[in-house]
Amino acid sequence: MFVDFFFQLKAAKVPVTIREYLMLLEAMEKGVFGYAIDDFYWLARAALVKDEKFFDKFDQAFSHYFRGMMNAAHGLLKADLPEEWLKALAARLFSPDELEKLQQLGLKELMDELAKRLQEQSGRHQGGSRWIGTGGTSPFGNSGINPAGVRIGGAGGQGKAVKIWDKREFRALAGDVELGTRNIKVALRRLRKFVREGAEDEFDLGGTIRATAENGGWLDIKMVPERKNRVKVLLFLDIGGSMDSHIRISEELFSAARGELKHLEYFYFHNCLYERVWRSNKRGYNEFTDTWEVLNTYGPDYKVIFVGDATMSTYEITEIGGSIEHWNEETGETWLDRVLTAFPDAVWLNPVDPGRWHHTPSVRLLYQLIQGRMFPLTLEGLDRAMSLLRKRTSQPTRPV
Amino acid sequence: MKFSGTESYVATDDLNMAVNAAIALSRPLLVKGEPGTGKTLLALEVARALGKPIFEWHIKSTTKAQQGLYEYDAVSRLRDSQLGDPRVGEVRNYIKRGMLWEAFTAGEQSVLLIDEIDKADIEFPNDLLRELDRMEFYVYETKETIQATNRPIVIITSNNEKELPDAFLRRCFFHYIRFPEKETMERIVHVHFPDIKPRLLKEALEVFFTVREVNGLKKKPSTSELLDWIKLLLVEDIPPESIRLDATRAIPQLYGALLKNEQDVHLFERLAFLSRRQ
Repeated sequence: MFVDFFFQLKAAKVPVTIREYLMLLEAMEKGVFGYAIDDFYWLARAALVKDEKFFDKFDQAFSHYFRGMMNAAHGLLKADLPEEWLKALAARLFSPDELEKLQQLGLKELMDELAKRLQEQSGRHQGGSRWIGTGGTSPFGNSGINPAGVRIGGAGGQGKAVKIWDKREFRALAGDVELGTRNIKVALRRLRKFVREGAEDEFDLGGTIRATAENGGWLDIKMVPERKNRVKVLLFLDIGGSMDSHIRISEELFSAARGELKHLEYFYFHNCLYERVWRSNKRGYNEFTDTWEVLNTYGPDYKVIFVGDATMSTYEITEIGGSIEHWNEETGETWLDRVLTAFPDAVWLNPVDPGRWHHTPSVRLLYQLIQGRMFPLTLEGLDRAMSLLRKRTSQPTRPV
Repeated sequence: MKFSGTESYVATDDLNMAVNAAIALSRPLLVKGEPGTGKTLLALEVARALGKPIFEWHIKSTTKAQQGLYEYDAVSRLRDSQLGDPRVGEVRNYIKRGMLWEAFTAGEQSVLLIDEIDKADIEFPNDLLRELDRMEFYVYETKETIQATNRPIVIITSNNEKELPDAFLRRCFFHYIRFPEKETMERIVHVHFPDIKPRLLKEALEVFFTVREVNGLKKKPSTSELLDWIKLLLVEDIPPESIRLDATRAIPQLYGALLKNEQDVHLFERLAFLSRRQ
């Protein structure tokens, strides 16, 4: 019944599967909801979408699908809608007298009349084809929440009954990620640093055997605390500008890092690091974090990973006021140096093909500044970067 | 059997829908949302509203999936064997039932809460796929299959610390509890403090949402903090007119209930300083 909707969701890149679709159908069959379209929206969302970052896409696809379906009024009849919806609709569109008369005619005539009425209605109210969802004329006006659905013969011009899915309240949560992050996660696992601390709740086999032997064969049980991953990472991501073409791989890395590392802090910068970084990737101009604050907040046990293409003009690194979007009092070089002093364990991951590094002066410069610890953002490069980070670096390393 | 909130828990319509769908299809319901929006409370309230027993399984970073099923305490058995305890002969004496086992065999339908599933290892949800899907598992030591006589209502909460595997997500209904809007918040406060004066409620909410909007807060106050704060305001009998933030007072009264770390308090002190200078 909603196969088209399912495919539209797929096309909108919401990761839905047949299993979830069947789950939705099953729920409808069990009569979980009472044929109000808001109920259907909520049910479909709970069944099909599994991450709030896809809510916005879902809302758009939902809106698109239902507008499309309602576009031509007689489309209603073609679209395989539950009879109850249509009846609820009819009850809203016709006066009780009319309804009674029509009901004697039978369902077919009722629907024909309904189609006619709807056609008039869409013309009268908005003239456009987008009358569901905007302007409060939705015939499916959710029998509960927006009581001002369709009115016939009464005063028009009711308030703006914007549909919940048209409000797109989850826009801020969207962000394309995940897909093939598994490999990156595995590479990041190299960073794991296990430390035994906390309560002794794990059986220590070796210790027990030793203690039992010493005890003359009588059991002496030894326990140890469980191993925990204590690695801490600061991630600095370059966004915007030339990084746009590498956005996918950066997002995958970010998503994998968030899944794999418990102590992860991340900041965004543009082209080169200066006195301020962003916490949200909107790159809005209001929510800065002082780079000093970052340097002072996190201890030297944090490992730093820069992600950026390092492609810019060299004056953006070496000159005061070299930043392309604000006046920087101190050079990017100074700031980079400060970060490297505060956090001796640092690497730079570069999504640009290493073959081209030598042709770009700024990459060469940054390569020197970071003491050769720049790696391509490939699985192999990531692997090498992580094993380097793991071995408490600080000494310069072989060039790539 | 429909859930629609309780007298002490305000549930929005979309949340009710998700809960009821999960109950009708006996699939797990995954609940995410900002801290303090009542994710864990949901399970308790569902159990209360429907009059069912609840089993709570709180996940830590060291929790293994197997612990939810059962644990075989081989060490105790070894020790008992050395001490000549007669219980040794029966392996069943050393099998400790986990929360899933308890919920499966509760005798009536129960509510099973798996709290903060994202705290565990990344493989943890995968290890529970079959158990949650079929609601059965096999005990190797006693060679028996434990099957749910009544499929429990499973509610899982996550704080988004880790991504959950797709295979796991496919089997769940999902709901994201949004931070309540002012109206919902008013209802929530009313549920907890039915006698609160409208004036006080209005001023308190005003301040609360202003505080939440301040940029750069490390920890935004959430519903539970608001409730604590209002309780304090009531106990201390603070008059409504002195709650409001203005030029002379940029830090809320009794802010300790709302701002939970030093940096946030400092931030407010700085803001207070700035506003005095103006």
